[in-house]
Amino acid sequence: MSGIHEAAALVPQSGLDGEFWSTQGSNLLLAAISIVAFIAVVALVMFGADLVRGRIRDKVQLVVLITPVLVLLGIGLVYPVIDTVWLSFTEIVKEPDPVTGINTETSNFVGLQNYIYAFTDPTVFRTILNTLVWIVLVPLLSTGVGLAYAVFIDRAKGEKALKSLVFMPMAISFVGASVIWGSIMYDYNETGAQTGMLNAVLGTFGIGPINFLAEEPWNTFFLIVILSWIQTGFAMVIISAAIKGVPPEINEAASLDGANSWQRFWRITVPSIRGTLVVVMTTITIATLKVYDIVRTLTQGRYNTDVVANKMYVLSFVEQRQPLGAALAVILFIFVIPIVIYNVRSLQKVKETR
Amino acid sequence: MATPAPAIPDETKQPKSKAAKAKENLTSPWATGAAIIIAALWTIPTIGLFMTSLVPGDQYRTEAWWDVLLSGDMTFENFGYVLFNSFGDSSSADPLLGNLMNSIVVTVPTVVFPLVIGLMAAYAFAWIPFKGSNFLFVFIFALQVVPIQLALIPLLRLLGPNGVGIAGEFPGVWLAHTIFAMPLAVFLLHNFIAQIPSDIIEAARVDGASHTQIFFRVIIPLSLPAIASLAIFQFLWVWNDLLVSAVFGSINTYPLTYPISNLAGSYGATAYLVPPAAFISMIIPLIVFFSLQRYFVRGLLAGSTKG
Repeated sequence: MSGIHEAAALVPQSGLDGEFWSTQGSNLLLAAISIVAFIAVVALVMFGADLVRGRIRDKVQLVVLITPVLVLLGIGLVYPVIDTVWLSFTEIVKEPDPVTGINTETSNFVGLQNYIYAFTDPTVFRTILNTLVWIVLVPLLSTGVGLAYAVFIDRAKGEKALKSLVFMPMAISFVGASVIWGSIMYDYNETGAQTGMLNAVLGTFGIGPINFLAEEPWNTFFLIVILSWIQTGFAMVIISAAIKGVPPEINEAASLDGANSWQRFWRITVPSIRGTLVVVMTTITIATLKVYDIVRTLTQGRYNTDVVANKMYVLSFVEQRQPLGAALAVILFIFVIPIVIYNVRSLQKVKETR
Repeated sequence: MATPAPAIPDETKQPKSKAAKAKENLTSPWATGAAIIIAALWTIPTIGLFMTSLVPGDQYRTEAWWDVLLSGDMTFENFGYVLFNSFGDSSSADPLLGNLMNSIVVTVPTVVFPLVIGLMAAYAFAWIPFKGSNFLFVFIFALQVVPIQLALIPLLRLLGPNGVGIAGEFPGVWLAHTIFAMPLAVFLLHNFIAQIPSDIIEAARVDGASHTQIFFRVIIPLSLPAIASLAIFQFLWVWNDLLVSAVFGSINTYPLTYPISNLAGSYGATAYLVPPAAFISMIIPLIVFFSLQRYFVRGLLAGSTKG
């Protein structure tokens, strides 16, 4: 067919030689051995702790059970978070040592300098503004559509299959969803045939073509649609379960009193599932803050679409400006703090009522 | 729905009863229409991806998939090409088969590790009273919402060449994924294990069973549905991840998402390879998802409604 294919077909598949297969084989072996060794060690330690006799046995076993998680979280999450916060108040200076000439890194405390930079540099500040737009719109869109769909299909024929259709994007990676929307829906040709589905549809109405990913400021909204498309299924499944928990008698009584379905929706369904709606919205908000895959895949932050999570990645791991990247990570965390406090409070309430 | 009061007709057995008709009226034609539109909007893009994967490379820029479909030029060649020949800006780029294998090697151990460690901790928090138990559990619960961006830089230093030196290799990626999975694993499994009837555990304790014995003989067998839920979560999360793999991995460990994300952003002459590659990356998670959806939904409900 295409010239590229023919040329490649003539050359033996150079990437997949014996070396390739021996690498793959040893990787698989490494994974298998690691799993077996891990389970063996856990089992050995657990049964070893079972050989202890006397009153101390329970204590030893408790230590065995909770130490792994505490060590992992301590080293892998708690210490790094504290270190990141500290890093965000410093700057790293690279200087050749006057005696040896070897480059050395020194870190100096600079107070709020990185934060001041983040809020005054227009490109970085733009990522903060964009992230705010994301965390407002994604939860609203996905929860709104998810709620509507859950209500529409409640007790409908084939409800399960209808749910699966909207739930399906949950199985797709953010990268995959970005490809779907970027090159299938939003594709744009300046002239000639439109190969993107949306522009083709708009074209039949004489509109466009629109360059969805470059058209500021709407391009951020078109990226937001992608994440909302993924999260709607999550919202819908949780909300649907909550709706089924509303006693049908209330709806029937209201119906007999002459309430129409619109009134029943706003006066009965929504108030009864308010708690669930809050949980769904907060969960989606937190997920939205972390997502950098969509921006990275489709625009790499161009056309003023960058978000904090992507900028943090680029600053920290591409441009090697870790202190500034750390400051952006802390800013992400500040967005989350109200939600953490709210969630911990409601968890404690649940524990008290149990 | 289990035992309807005598006054209310049993809807499940008499679908044509008045109550059932009232229910049907809830869904107006408008609602049905809106539901169909939503279902279509959520399905058509993915179908479009599959169809676009079948467009030959030399027609990708000029003809839409529906035109190619009508002209009968559709081909499955692209799938084989990206998997075995090359995937990248030039025909000498590595094919995706290696990344597909990397995805498997990254994912399988990182499903097992957090499950085992999480199960142990969840049992302790649910059934062994100790000082600080409640505080630690709430603390781990709160860690769930900490954006992982906050941990990336120091953790990479710890695992990097100036630390243990396993960044860029599979063990480094496994460890990072395992750490980031712990809060959800502990929380989700705890919610389930705490609901095991206390009679069972207390009876075993009275019989002199140790925590180790209860863990292996009671907790693991009774927690299988929760284990399945978490396994699916973790599988989908790790398989679909880009961030952890990009930060803690290297050319030797990058999973499918990494080269796909890179090429998708370049919009070059080989852009036609991106849709088939994306479709390949979705096949396994979609199979897992549709065959085990029940457990996935159960896990979602246990993980979110209690919070």
